[in-house]
Amino acid sequence: MALKSTIIEIQDLHKRYNGALAVSGVSLNVYEGEVFGFLGPNGAGKTTTISILCTLLNFDSGSAFVNGFDCKREPGKVRQSIGLVFQEVTLDNELTAYENLKFHCYMYNMGKKLAEERIDEMLVVVGLSDRKQEIVKKFSGGMKRRLEIARGLLHRPKVLFLDEPTLGLDPQTRTNVWEFIRTVKRSTGSTVFMTTHYMDEAEVCDRVAIIDKGRIIACDTPSTLKSSLKGDTIHLKTEDDEAAMKEIFERFGLKAAMTEAGLFIIVDNGEKFIPRLFERSKTGILSISLKRPSLEDVFLNLTGKKIREGNGHGKGIVSRHGGA
Amino acid sequence: MFSYKAVYVIVLREFKRFFRQKGRLVVTLARPLIWLLIVGSGFSGIINIGAHAEGASYMQFILPGIVGMTILFSSVFSTISVVWDREFGFLREMLVAPVSRATIVAGKLLSGTLLSLFQGATLLLIAPLLGLRLSLPGFVAMLLLMFLVSLAITSFGLFVASYLTSLEGFNVIMNFIVLPMFFLSGALYPMDALPQPLKLLSFVNPLCFGVDAFKHALLGGNGRLSAEIPLIVDVAFLVVFSALFIAASAVSFERRK
Repeated sequence: MALKSTIIEIQDLHKRYNGALAVSGVSLNVYEGEVFGFLGPNGAGKTTTISILCTLLNFDSGSAFVNGFDCKREPGKVRQSIGLVFQEVTLDNELTAYENLKFHCYMYNMGKKLAEERIDEMLVVVGLSDRKQEIVKKFSGGMKRRLEIARGLLHRPKVLFLDEPTLGLDPQTRTNVWEFIRTVKRSTGSTVFMTTHYMDEAEVCDRVAIIDKGRIIACDTPSTLKSSLKGDTIHLKTEDDEAAMKEIFERFGLKAAMTEAGLFIIVDNGEKFIPRLFERSKTGILSISLKRPSLEDVFLNLTGKKIREGNGHGKGIVSRHGGA
Repeated sequence: MFSYKAVYVIVLREFKRFFRQKGRLVVTLARPLIWLLIVGSGFSGIINIGAHAEGASYMQFILPGIVGMTILFSSVFSTISVVWDREFGFLREMLVAPVSRATIVAGKLLSGTLLSLFQGATLLLIAPLLGLRLSLPGFVAMLLLMFLVSLAITSFGLFVASYLTSLEGFNVIMNFIVLPMFFLSGALYPMDALPQPLKLLSFVNPLCFGVDAFKHALLGGNGRLSAEIPLIVDVAFLVVFSALFIAASAVSFERRK
Protein backbone atom coordinates (compact mmCIF):
# COMPACT_ATOMS: atom_id res chain seq x y z
CA MET A 1 0.00 0.00 0.00
CA ALA A 2 1.24 3.49 -0.77
CA LEU A 3 2.42 5.67 2.08
CA LYS A 4 -0.49 7.59 3.48
CA SER A 5 -0.22 10.37 5.99
CA THR A 6 -2.19 10.02 9.17
CA ILE A 7 -4.65 12.83 9.91
CA ILE A 8 -6.30 11.45 13.03
CA GLU A 9 -4.34 9.43 15.53
CA ILE A 10 -5.95 7.98 18.64
CA GLN A 11 -3.99 5.90 21.13
CA ASP A 12 -5.53 3.93 23.99
CA LEU A 13 -8.21 6.50 24.69
CA HIS A 14 -10.22 6.22 27.91
CA LYS A 15 -13.13 8.35 28.99
CA ARG A 16 -15.38 7.88 31.98
CA TYR A 17 -18.69 9.64 31.50
CA ASN A 18 -21.44 9.89 34.10
CA GLY A 19 -19.78 7.12 36.10
CA ALA A 20 -19.60 4.61 33.26
CA LEU A 21 -16.66 3.92 30.97
CA ALA A 22 -17.91 5.36 27.67
CA VAL A 23 -14.66 4.84 25.77
CA SER A 24 -12.24 2.21 26.98
CA GLY A 25 -8.99 1.83 25.12
CA VAL A 26 -9.83 3.06 21.62
CA SER A 27 -6.88 3.23 19.23
CA LEU A 28 -7.16 4.06 15.56
CA ASN A 29 -5.57 5.92 12.67
CA VAL A 30 -7.43 7.74 9.95
CA TYR A 31 -5.55 8.62 6.76
CA GLU A 32 -5.74 11.81 4.79
CA GLY A 33 -8.42 11.87 2.10
CA GLU A 34 -10.38 8.82 3.12
CA VAL A 35 -14.01 8.47 4.10
CA PHE A 36 -13.87 6.77 7.44
CA GLY A 37 -16.96 5.23 8.98
CA PHE A 38 -17.37 4.80 12.68
CA LEU A 39 -20.05 2.24 13.34
CA GLY A 40 -21.77 1.02 16.41
CA PRO A 41 -25.09 0.89 18.20
CA ASN A 42 -26.39 3.84 20.18
CA GLY A 43 -24.41 4.28 23.35
CA ALA A 44 -21.34 2.45 22.01
CA GLY A 45 -19.12 5.49 22.42
CA LYS A 46 -19.28 7.03 18.94
CA THR A 47 -20.45 10.49 19.94
CA THR A 48 -18.14 10.52 22.95
CA THR A 49 -15.15 9.79 20.70
CA ILE A 50 -16.19 12.48 18.21
CA SER A 51 -16.72 14.99 21.01
CA ILE A 52 -13.20 14.29 22.27
CA LEU A 53 -11.73 14.73 18.79
CA CYS A 54 -13.63 18.01 18.44
CA THR A 55 -12.28 19.21 21.80
CA LEU A 56 -15.77 19.50 23.28
CA LEU A 57 -14.93 16.84 25.84
CA ASN A 58 -11.80 16.03 27.81
CA PHE A 59 -10.50 12.49 28.14
CA ASP A 60 -9.06 10.63 31.10
CA SER A 61 -6.06 8.87 29.57
CA GLY A 62 -4.50 8.02 26.22
CA SER A 63 -3.86 10.49 23.43
CA ALA A 64 -5.76 12.01 20.52
CA PHE A 65 -4.26 14.03 17.68
CA VAL A 66 -6.04 15.70 14.77
CA ASN A 67 -3.97 17.15 11.94
CA GLY A 68 -0.93 16.77 14.19
CA PHE A 69 -2.42 18.83 17.02
CA ASP A 70 -3.06 17.53 20.51
CA CYS A 71 -6.79 17.56 21.31
CA LYS A 72 -6.02 18.20 24.97
CA ARG A 73 -3.33 20.87 24.75
CA GLU A 74 -4.05 22.63 21.46
CA PRO A 75 -7.84 22.78 21.19
CA GLY A 76 -7.74 26.02 19.18
CA LYS A 77 -5.55 24.55 16.45
CA VAL A 78 -7.60 21.37 16.38
CA ARG A 79 -10.80 23.39 15.98
CA GLN A 80 -9.30 25.37 13.11
CA SER A 81 -8.53 22.08 11.35
CA ILE A 82 -11.97 20.54 11.56
CA GLY A 83 -15.50 21.05 10.34
CA LEU A 84 -18.47 19.59 12.11
CA VAL A 85 -21.97 18.47 11.35
CA PHE A 86 -23.72 17.38 14.50
CA GLN A 87 -26.47 14.85 15.04
CA GLU A 88 -29.02 17.55 15.71
CA VAL A 89 -29.56 20.64 13.59
CA THR A 90 -27.40 23.48 14.86
CA LEU A 91 -28.49 26.26 12.53
CA ASP A 92 -30.10 29.46 13.74
CA ASN A 93 -33.69 29.16 12.51
CA GLU A 94 -34.30 32.90 12.70
CA LEU A 95 -31.46 33.74 10.33
CA THR A 96 -31.21 33.31 6.58
CA ALA A 97 -28.99 30.69 4.96
CA TYR A 98 -26.53 33.44 4.09
CA GLU A 99 -26.49 34.85 7.62
CA ASN A 100 -25.85 31.43 9.13
CA LEU A 101 -22.90 30.94 6.81
CA LYS A 102 -21.59 34.44 7.42
CA PHE A 103 -21.73 33.83 11.17
CA HIS A 104 -19.54 30.80 10.67
CA CYS A 105 -17.02 32.63 8.46
CA TYR A 106 -16.57 35.40 11.02
CA MET A 107 -16.22 32.90 13.86
CA TYR A 108 -13.39 31.38 11.82
CA ASN A 109 -11.77 34.77 11.35
CA MET A 110 -12.35 35.18 7.62
CA GLY A 111 -12.38 38.60 5.99
CA LYS A 112 -15.54 39.95 4.40
CA LYS A 113 -14.40 39.39 0.83
CA LEU A 114 -13.16 35.86 1.40
CA ALA A 115 -16.35 35.05 3.31
CA GLU A 116 -18.57 36.21 0.44
CA GLU A 117 -16.57 34.16 -2.06
CA ARG A 118 -16.64 30.98 -0.01
CA ILE A 119 -20.33 31.33 0.84
CA ASP A 120 -21.29 31.63 -2.84
CA GLU A 121 -18.99 28.77 -3.74
CA MET A 122 -20.37 26.41 -1.10
CA LEU A 123 -23.99 27.33 -1.82
CA VAL A 124 -23.40 26.20 -5.39
CA VAL A 125 -21.91 22.92 -4.20
CA VAL A 126 -24.92 22.15 -2.02
CA GLY A 127 -27.41 23.48 -4.58
CA LEU A 128 -28.90 26.15 -2.36
CA SER A 129 -27.79 29.27 -4.25
CA ASP A 130 -31.36 30.34 -4.98
CA ARG A 131 -32.27 30.04 -1.29
CA LYS A 132 -29.47 32.23 -0.05
CA GLN A 133 -31.67 34.96 1.43
CA GLU A 134 -34.37 32.68 2.81
CA ILE A 135 -34.95 32.20 6.53
CA VAL A 136 -33.74 28.76 7.56
CA LYS A 137 -36.95 28.04 9.47
CA LYS A 138 -38.65 27.37 6.12
CA PHE A 139 -36.09 24.78 5.01
CA SER A 140 -36.82 21.04 4.88
CA GLY A 141 -34.76 18.59 6.91
CA GLY A 142 -32.65 17.62 3.91
CA MET A 143 -31.96 21.25 2.96
CA LYS A 144 -30.88 22.03 6.51
CA ARG A 145 -28.49 19.11 6.45
CA ARG A 146 -26.98 20.28 3.17
CA LEU A 147 -26.63 23.80 4.51
CA GLU A 148 -24.88 22.46 7.60
CA ILE A 149 -22.47 20.45 5.52
CA ALA A 150 -21.75 23.56 3.45
CA ARG A 151 -21.16 25.48 6.66
CA GLY A 152 -18.83 22.80 8.00
CA LEU A 153 -16.68 23.15 4.87
CA LEU A 154 -16.52 26.97 4.62
CA HIS A 155 -13.16 27.26 6.36
CA ARG A 156 -11.67 24.40 4.29
CA PRO A 157 -11.13 22.00 7.17
CA LYS A 158 -8.70 19.11 6.88
CA VAL A 159 -11.27 16.79 8.42
CA LEU A 160 -15.04 16.97 8.21
CA PHE A 161 -16.77 15.22 11.10
CA LEU A 162 -20.30 14.04 10.49
CA ASP A 163 -22.12 12.64 13.48
CA GLU A 164 -25.07 10.57 12.24
CA PRO A 165 -25.57 12.91 9.26
CA THR A 166 -28.71 11.16 8.05
CA LEU A 167 -30.41 10.62 11.39
CA GLY A 168 -34.12 11.35 11.23
CA LEU A 169 -34.20 11.87 7.46
CA ASP A 170 -36.45 9.88 5.15
CA PRO A 171 -34.78 7.13 3.06
CA GLN A 172 -34.71 9.15 -0.14
CA THR A 173 -33.15 12.21 1.49
CA ARG A 174 -30.68 9.92 3.20
CA THR A 175 -29.52 8.63 -0.16
CA ASN A 176 -29.22 12.19 -1.49
CA VAL A 177 -27.23 13.41 1.49
CA TRP A 178 -24.99 10.42 1.18
CA GLU A 179 -24.27 10.96 -2.51
CA PHE A 180 -23.70 14.56 -1.74
CA ILE A 181 -21.08 13.73 0.90
CA ARG A 182 -19.19 11.71 -1.71
CA THR A 183 -19.34 14.63 -4.14
CA VAL A 184 -18.12 17.07 -1.53
CA LYS A 185 -15.31 14.76 -0.60
CA ARG A 186 -14.23 14.50 -4.22
CA SER A 187 -14.36 18.24 -4.84
CA THR A 188 -12.67 19.42 -1.63
CA GLY A 189 -10.35 16.53 -0.82
CA SER A 190 -11.27 16.73 2.87
CA THR A 191 -11.02 13.65 5.00
CA VAL A 192 -14.47 12.61 6.16
CA PHE A 193 -14.96 10.99 9.53
CA MET A 194 -18.53 9.95 10.09
CA THR A 195 -20.53 7.93 12.54
CA THR A 196 -23.63 6.02 11.63
CA HIS A 197 -25.69 3.11 12.75
CA TYR A 198 -27.10 2.54 9.30
CA MET A 199 -24.98 -0.33 8.05
CA ASP A 200 -25.92 0.17 4.41
CA GLU A 201 -24.43 3.67 4.52
CA ALA A 202 -21.19 2.36 5.91
CA GLU A 203 -20.69 0.16 2.85
CA VAL A 204 -19.57 3.17 0.82
CA CYS A 205 -16.85 4.20 3.29
CA ASP A 206 -13.24 3.54 2.37
CA ARG A 207 -12.65 2.02 5.78
CA VAL A 208 -14.82 1.40 8.79
CA ALA A 209 -14.19 0.83 12.46
CA ILE A 210 -16.78 -1.04 14.47
CA ILE A 211 -17.14 0.08 18.05
CA ASP A 212 -19.12 -1.67 20.76
CA LYS A 213 -19.23 -0.95 24.47
CA GLY A 214 -16.45 1.59 24.16
CA ARG A 215 -14.02 -0.70 22.32
CA ILE A 216 -13.04 -1.04 18.68
CA ILE A 217 -13.80 -4.62 17.71
CA ALA A 218 -12.87 -4.42 14.03
CA CYS A 219 -11.31 -1.90 11.66
CA ASP A 220 -10.79 -2.45 7.94
CA THR A 221 -12.29 -1.87 4.50
CA PRO A 222 -15.92 -3.00 4.21
CA SER A 223 -15.00 -5.68 1.68
CA THR A 224 -12.24 -7.15 3.86
CA LEU A 225 -14.52 -7.18 6.83
CA LYS A 226 -17.20 -8.94 4.85
CA SER A 227 -14.84 -11.49 3.36
CA SER A 228 -13.55 -12.24 6.85
CA LEU A 229 -16.90 -13.85 7.45
CA LYS A 230 -16.13 -16.45 4.79
CA GLY A 231 -19.65 -17.54 4.30
CA ASP A 232 -23.28 -16.86 3.94
CA THR A 233 -25.82 -15.88 6.52
CA ILE A 234 -28.80 -18.11 6.95
CA HIS A 235 -31.79 -16.53 8.56
CA LEU A 236 -34.07 -19.09 10.12
CA LYS A 237 -37.48 -18.87 11.72
CA THR A 238 -38.56 -21.92 13.67
CA GLU A 239 -41.29 -23.05 16.03
CA ASP A 240 -38.84 -23.17 18.91
CA ASP A 241 -35.69 -21.13 18.43
CA GLU A 242 -33.97 -22.36 21.54
CA ALA A 243 -34.42 -26.02 20.68
CA ALA A 244 -33.36 -25.37 17.09
CA MET A 245 -30.26 -23.54 18.27
CA LYS A 246 -29.32 -26.48 20.45
CA GLU A 247 -30.00 -28.93 17.68
CA ILE A 248 -27.88 -27.04 15.16
CA PHE A 249 -25.03 -26.94 17.63
CA GLU A 250 -25.25 -30.68 18.28
CA ARG A 251 -25.56 -31.67 14.63
CA PHE A 252 -23.20 -29.23 12.91
CA GLY A 253 -21.14 -27.74 15.71
CA LEU A 254 -22.38 -24.29 14.64
CA LYS A 255 -23.31 -21.56 17.07
CA ALA A 256 -26.40 -19.67 15.94
CA ALA A 257 -27.11 -16.11 17.06
CA MET A 258 -30.59 -15.82 18.50
CA THR A 259 -32.55 -12.61 18.04
CA GLU A 260 -36.23 -11.79 18.13
CA ALA A 261 -36.31 -11.96 14.35
CA GLY A 262 -35.12 -15.55 14.44
CA LEU A 263 -31.84 -17.39 14.24
CA PHE A 264 -28.80 -16.33 12.24
CA ILE A 265 -26.22 -18.92 11.28
CA ILE A 266 -23.05 -18.28 9.33
CA VAL A 267 -21.97 -21.16 7.11
CA ASP A 268 -19.33 -21.64 4.43
CA ASN A 269 -21.69 -22.72 1.73
CA GLY A 270 -25.30 -21.81 2.25
CA GLU A 271 -26.75 -23.62 -0.76
CA LYS A 272 -25.40 -26.95 0.43
CA PHE A 273 -26.16 -26.36 4.08
CA ILE A 274 -29.89 -25.79 3.71
CA PRO A 275 -30.83 -29.28 2.41
CA ARG A 276 -28.73 -30.88 5.12
CA LEU A 277 -30.47 -28.83 7.73
CA PHE A 278 -33.87 -30.00 6.53
CA GLU A 279 -32.86 -33.64 6.32
CA ARG A 280 -33.49 -34.72 9.86
CA SER A 281 -34.73 -31.57 11.53
CA LYS A 282 -36.65 -32.18 14.76
CA THR A 283 -37.80 -28.62 15.17
CA GLY A 284 -40.36 -27.24 12.76
CA ILE A 285 -38.84 -24.69 10.38
CA LEU A 286 -41.19 -21.86 9.44
CA SER A 287 -39.04 -19.95 6.97
CA ILE A 288 -35.49 -19.78 5.76
CA SER A 289 -33.49 -17.29 3.75
CA LEU A 290 -29.93 -16.99 2.54
CA LYS A 291 -27.86 -13.84 2.31
CA ARG A 292 -24.34 -12.95 1.26
CA PRO A 293 -22.48 -11.26 4.12
CA SER A 294 -23.16 -7.58 4.79
CA LEU A 295 -21.62 -5.27 7.37
CA GLU A 296 -24.66 -5.89 9.47
CA ASP A 297 -23.66 -9.56 9.59
CA VAL A 298 -20.09 -8.66 10.45
CA PHE A 299 -21.43 -6.73 13.39
CA LEU A 300 -23.79 -9.52 14.35
CA ASN A 301 -20.99 -12.05 14.19
CA LEU A 302 -18.63 -9.95 16.29
CA THR A 303 -21.08 -8.98 18.97
CA GLY A 304 -23.88 -11.52 18.79
CA LYS A 305 -26.43 -8.80 18.34
CA LYS A 306 -27.94 -6.56 15.73
CA ILE A 307 -26.64 -3.03 15.54
CA ARG A 308 -29.99 -1.36 16.00
CA GLU A 309 -30.80 -2.96 19.34
CA GLY A 310 -30.05 -0.74 22.23
CA ASN A 311 -29.96 -3.14 25.16
CA GLY A 312 -27.37 -5.62 23.94
CA HIS A 313 -29.20 -8.72 25.14
CA GLY A 314 -30.01 -10.08 21.72
CA LYS A 315 -33.62 -9.07 22.14
CA GLY A 316 -35.90 -6.26 21.14
CA ILE A 317 -34.86 -5.72 17.55
CA VAL A 318 -35.88 -2.43 16.08
CA SER A 319 -36.94 -2.93 12.50
CA ARG A 320 -34.26 -1.97 10.04
CA HIS A 321 -36.06 1.01 8.65
CA GLY A 322 -37.89 1.78 11.82
CA GLY A 323 -38.01 5.17 13.42
CA ALA A 324 -34.64 6.67 14.22
CA MET B 1 -7.64 33.12 20.33
CA PHE B 2 -9.71 36.14 21.37
CA SER B 3 -11.45 37.36 18.24
CA TYR B 4 -13.13 40.76 17.90
CA LYS B 5 -14.64 39.65 14.62
CA ALA B 6 -16.36 36.79 16.43
CA VAL B 7 -17.64 39.13 19.15
CA TYR B 8 -19.00 41.39 16.43
CA VAL B 9 -20.85 38.61 14.63
CA ILE B 10 -22.32 37.25 17.89
CA VAL B 11 -23.67 40.72 18.72
CA LEU B 12 -24.92 41.16 15.16
CA ARG B 13 -26.81 37.87 15.38
CA GLU B 14 -28.53 38.80 18.65
CA PHE B 15 -29.61 42.17 17.25
CA LYS B 16 -30.98 40.54 14.10
CA ARG B 17 -32.91 38.06 16.19
CA PHE B 18 -34.24 40.83 18.41
CA PHE B 19 -35.56 42.96 15.58
CA ARG B 20 -36.92 39.96 13.71
CA GLN B 21 -39.06 38.71 16.56
CA LYS B 22 -41.81 41.30 16.32
CA GLY B 23 -43.61 40.01 19.39
CA ARG B 24 -40.55 40.48 21.53
CA LEU B 25 -40.09 43.99 20.22
CA VAL B 26 -43.67 44.96 21.01
CA VAL B 27 -43.58 43.43 24.49
CA THR B 28 -40.33 45.07 25.49
CA LEU B 29 -41.58 48.49 24.46
CA ALA B 30 -45.14 48.10 25.71
CA ARG B 31 -44.40 46.60 29.13
CA PRO B 32 -42.77 49.69 30.65
CA LEU B 33 -45.55 51.90 29.29
CA ILE B 34 -48.19 49.68 30.86
CA TRP B 35 -46.39 49.82 34.19
CA LEU B 36 -46.02 53.56 34.03
CA LEU B 37 -49.61 54.21 33.02
CA ILE B 38 -51.41 51.65 35.18
CA VAL B 39 -49.23 51.19 38.24
CA GLY B 40 -47.99 54.74 38.12
CA SER B 41 -51.33 56.45 37.88
CA GLY B 42 -52.93 53.93 40.28
CA PHE B 43 -50.44 54.54 43.04
CA SER B 44 -50.31 58.26 42.37
CA GLY B 45 -53.85 58.44 43.71
CA ILE B 46 -53.14 56.83 47.06
CA ILE B 47 -49.64 58.06 47.67
CA ASN B 48 -49.92 61.53 49.06
CA ILE B 49 -46.62 63.27 49.16
CA GLY B 50 -48.25 66.61 49.91
CA ALA B 51 -49.19 69.18 47.38
CA HIS B 52 -46.41 71.51 48.33
CA ALA B 53 -43.72 68.88 48.86
CA GLU B 54 -40.44 69.51 47.13
CA GLY B 55 -39.03 67.14 44.51
CA ALA B 56 -40.51 64.55 42.25
CA SER B 57 -44.11 63.43 41.81
CA TYR B 58 -44.87 59.70 42.08
CA MET B 59 -45.12 59.35 38.31
CA GLN B 60 -41.71 60.90 37.97
CA PHE B 61 -40.43 58.84 40.88
CA ILE B 62 -41.16 55.49 39.28
CA LEU B 63 -39.57 56.35 35.92
CA PRO B 64 -36.05 55.36 37.12
CA GLY B 65 -37.55 52.16 38.50
CA ILE B 66 -39.29 51.37 35.23
CA VAL B 67 -36.07 52.01 33.31
CA GLY B 68 -34.42 49.60 35.75
CA MET B 69 -37.17 47.05 35.21
CA THR B 70 -36.84 47.30 31.45
CA ILE B 71 -33.12 46.66 31.71
CA LEU B 72 -33.66 43.82 34.17
CA PHE B 73 -36.11 41.97 31.94
CA SER B 74 -34.17 42.65 28.78
CA SER B 75 -30.83 41.51 30.20
CA VAL B 76 -32.30 38.38 31.71
CA PHE B 77 -34.10 37.57 28.50
CA SER B 78 -30.88 38.03 26.56
CA THR B 79 -29.05 35.55 28.74
CA ILE B 80 -31.83 33.01 28.20
CA SER B 81 -30.45 32.89 24.67
CA VAL B 82 -27.48 30.96 26.04
CA VAL B 83 -29.78 28.27 27.40
CA TRP B 84 -31.83 28.50 24.23
CA ASP B 85 -28.74 28.06 22.07
CA ARG B 86 -27.70 25.11 24.16
CA GLU B 87 -31.09 23.47 23.83
CA PHE B 88 -31.22 24.02 20.08
CA GLY B 89 -27.62 23.09 19.47
CA PHE B 90 -26.38 26.44 18.19
CA LEU B 91 -24.11 26.87 21.20
CA ARG B 92 -22.06 23.93 19.94
CA GLU B 93 -21.48 25.69 16.63
CA MET B 94 -19.89 28.47 18.71
CA LEU B 95 -18.02 26.18 21.09
CA VAL B 96 -16.21 24.29 18.33
CA ALA B 97 -15.09 27.49 16.58
CA PRO B 98 -11.41 28.31 17.03
CA VAL B 99 -12.06 31.21 19.40
CA SER B 100 -11.58 31.30 23.14
CA ARG B 101 -14.48 30.86 25.53
CA ALA B 102 -13.82 34.44 26.62
CA THR B 103 -14.76 35.56 23.11
CA ILE B 104 -18.14 33.87 23.37
CA VAL B 105 -18.72 35.28 26.86
CA ALA B 106 -17.77 38.74 25.59
CA GLY B 107 -20.13 38.43 22.63
CA LYS B 108 -23.08 37.33 24.74
CA LEU B 109 -22.31 39.93 27.38
CA LEU B 110 -22.01 42.77 24.93
CA SER B 111 -25.12 41.86 22.96
CA GLY B 112 -27.21 41.55 26.13
CA THR B 113 -25.86 44.83 27.46
CA LEU B 114 -26.38 46.77 24.25
CA LEU B 115 -29.90 45.44 23.73
CA SER B 116 -30.82 46.53 27.27
CA LEU B 117 -29.20 49.89 26.75
CA PHE B 118 -31.15 50.36 23.54
CA GLN B 119 -34.45 49.60 25.27
CA GLY B 120 -33.65 51.78 28.26
CA ALA B 121 -32.73 54.67 26.00
CA THR B 122 -35.97 54.31 24.03
CA LEU B 123 -37.90 54.55 27.27
CA LEU B 124 -36.08 57.72 28.26
CA LEU B 125 -37.56 59.45 25.24
CA ILE B 126 -40.89 59.59 27.05
CA ALA B 127 -39.41 61.35 30.08
CA PRO B 128 -40.50 64.79 28.82
CA LEU B 129 -44.11 63.57 28.74
CA LEU B 130 -43.91 63.06 32.52
CA GLY B 131 -42.69 66.56 33.04
CA LEU B 132 -39.06 65.59 33.52
CA ARG B 133 -36.67 67.80 31.64
CA LEU B 134 -33.59 65.85 30.81
CA SER B 135 -30.53 67.95 29.95
CA LEU B 136 -28.00 66.68 27.45
CA PRO B 137 -25.39 65.97 30.17
CA GLY B 138 -28.15 64.24 32.14
CA PHE B 139 -29.01 62.09 29.14
CA VAL B 140 -25.38 61.17 28.58
CA ALA B 141 -24.99 60.36 32.29
CA MET B 142 -28.08 58.14 32.05
CA LEU B 143 -26.62 56.33 29.03
CA LEU B 144 -23.42 55.58 30.92
CA LEU B 145 -25.31 54.46 34.01
CA MET B 146 -27.70 52.32 31.98
CA PHE B 147 -24.74 50.68 30.28
CA LEU B 148 -23.26 49.84 33.66
CA VAL B 149 -26.51 48.47 35.08
CA SER B 150 -27.14 46.43 31.91
CA LEU B 151 -23.65 45.00 32.12
CA ALA B 152 -24.07 44.07 35.80
CA ILE B 153 -27.36 42.26 35.29
CA THR B 154 -26.36 40.60 32.03
CA SER B 155 -23.15 39.25 33.60
CA PHE B 156 -25.15 37.89 36.51
CA GLY B 157 -27.70 36.29 34.16
CA LEU B 158 -24.94 34.84 32.01
CA PHE B 159 -23.37 33.21 35.03
CA VAL B 160 -26.67 31.63 36.04
CA ALA B 161 -27.35 30.56 32.45
CA SER B 162 -23.98 28.87 32.12
CA TYR B 163 -25.08 26.32 34.69
CA LEU B 164 -28.52 25.63 33.29
CA THR B 165 -29.34 23.19 30.57
CA SER B 166 -33.09 23.59 30.21
CA LEU B 167 -35.40 26.50 29.59
CA GLU B 168 -37.74 25.29 32.36
CA GLY B 169 -34.94 25.44 34.89
CA PHE B 170 -34.00 28.90 33.76
CA ASN B 171 -37.57 30.15 34.04
CA VAL B 172 -37.99 28.76 37.55
CA ILE B 173 -34.74 30.19 38.83
CA MET B 174 -35.19 33.52 37.15
CA ASN B 175 -38.70 33.97 38.48
CA PHE B 176 -37.37 33.45 41.98
CA ILE B 177 -34.60 35.94 41.36
CA VAL B 178 -36.05 38.49 38.97
CA LEU B 179 -39.22 39.43 40.80
CA PRO B 180 -37.59 39.88 44.23
CA MET B 181 -34.83 41.83 42.53
CA PHE B 182 -37.40 44.16 41.06
CA PHE B 183 -39.50 44.60 44.21
CA LEU B 184 -36.41 45.10 46.38
CA SER B 185 -34.89 47.68 44.09
CA GLY B 186 -36.62 50.80 45.28
CA ALA B 187 -38.37 51.00 41.93
CA LEU B 188 -41.91 51.38 43.28
CA TYR B 189 -41.29 52.70 46.81
CA PRO B 190 -38.29 54.18 48.60
CA MET B 191 -35.93 51.66 50.19
CA ASP B 192 -36.50 53.47 53.42
CA ALA B 193 -40.06 52.13 53.51
CA LEU B 194 -38.85 48.52 53.74
CA PRO B 195 -38.47 46.58 57.02
CA GLN B 196 -34.89 46.03 58.12
CA PRO B 197 -34.36 42.39 56.94
CA LEU B 198 -35.57 43.20 53.45
CA LYS B 199 -33.47 46.32 53.41
CA LEU B 200 -30.41 44.18 54.06
CA LEU B 201 -31.35 41.91 51.17
CA SER B 202 -31.57 44.82 48.83
CA PHE B 203 -28.00 45.74 49.64
CA VAL B 204 -26.78 42.78 47.56
CA ASN B 205 -29.19 43.60 44.76
CA PRO B 206 -27.46 45.26 41.80
CA LEU B 207 -30.75 46.67 40.59
CA CYS B 208 -31.18 48.53 43.88
CA PHE B 209 -27.94 50.42 43.27
CA GLY B 210 -28.82 50.78 39.61
CA VAL B 211 -32.23 52.33 40.23
CA ASP B 212 -30.73 54.59 42.88
CA ALA B 213 -28.13 55.79 40.38
CA PHE B 214 -30.91 56.51 37.86
CA LYS B 215 -32.71 58.54 40.53
CA HIS B 216 -29.60 60.66 40.96
CA ALA B 217 -29.52 61.39 37.25
CA LEU B 218 -33.25 61.78 36.63
CA LEU B 219 -34.70 63.23 39.83
CA GLY B 220 -31.89 65.03 41.54
CA GLY B 221 -31.23 64.80 45.24
CA ASN B 222 -34.06 66.54 47.08
CA GLY B 223 -37.52 65.55 48.24
CA ARG B 224 -38.78 62.41 49.96
CA LEU B 225 -38.82 60.41 46.75
CA SER B 226 -35.23 60.78 45.72
CA ALA B 227 -31.98 58.84 45.69
CA GLU B 228 -30.97 57.30 49.01
CA ILE B 229 -27.40 56.09 48.43
CA PRO B 230 -24.43 58.24 47.38
CA LEU B 231 -23.88 57.98 43.61
CA ILE B 232 -20.26 56.98 44.07
CA VAL B 233 -21.34 53.97 46.14
CA ASP B 234 -23.89 52.97 43.47
CA VAL B 235 -21.30 53.08 40.72
CA ALA B 236 -18.62 51.33 42.78
CA PHE B 237 -20.99 48.50 43.69
CA LEU B 238 -22.07 48.01 40.06
CA VAL B 239 -18.49 47.99 38.80
CA VAL B 240 -17.35 45.43 41.38
CA PHE B 241 -20.47 43.32 40.88
CA SER B 242 -19.99 43.27 37.08
CA ALA B 243 -16.30 42.42 37.31
CA LEU B 244 -17.05 39.58 39.69
CA PHE B 245 -19.72 37.98 37.53
CA ILE B 246 -17.89 38.52 34.24
CA ALA B 247 -14.95 36.63 35.72
CA ALA B 248 -17.24 33.94 37.13
CA SER B 249 -18.99 33.49 33.76
CA ALA B 250 -15.67 33.26 31.92
CA VAL B 251 -14.45 30.57 34.32
CA SER B 252 -17.73 28.74 34.13
CA PHE B 253 -17.69 28.65 30.31
CA GLU B 254 -14.10 27.48 30.29
CA ARG B 255 -14.98 24.17 31.94
CA ARG B 256 -14.64 21.12 29.75
CA LYS B 257 -16.10 17.93 31.10
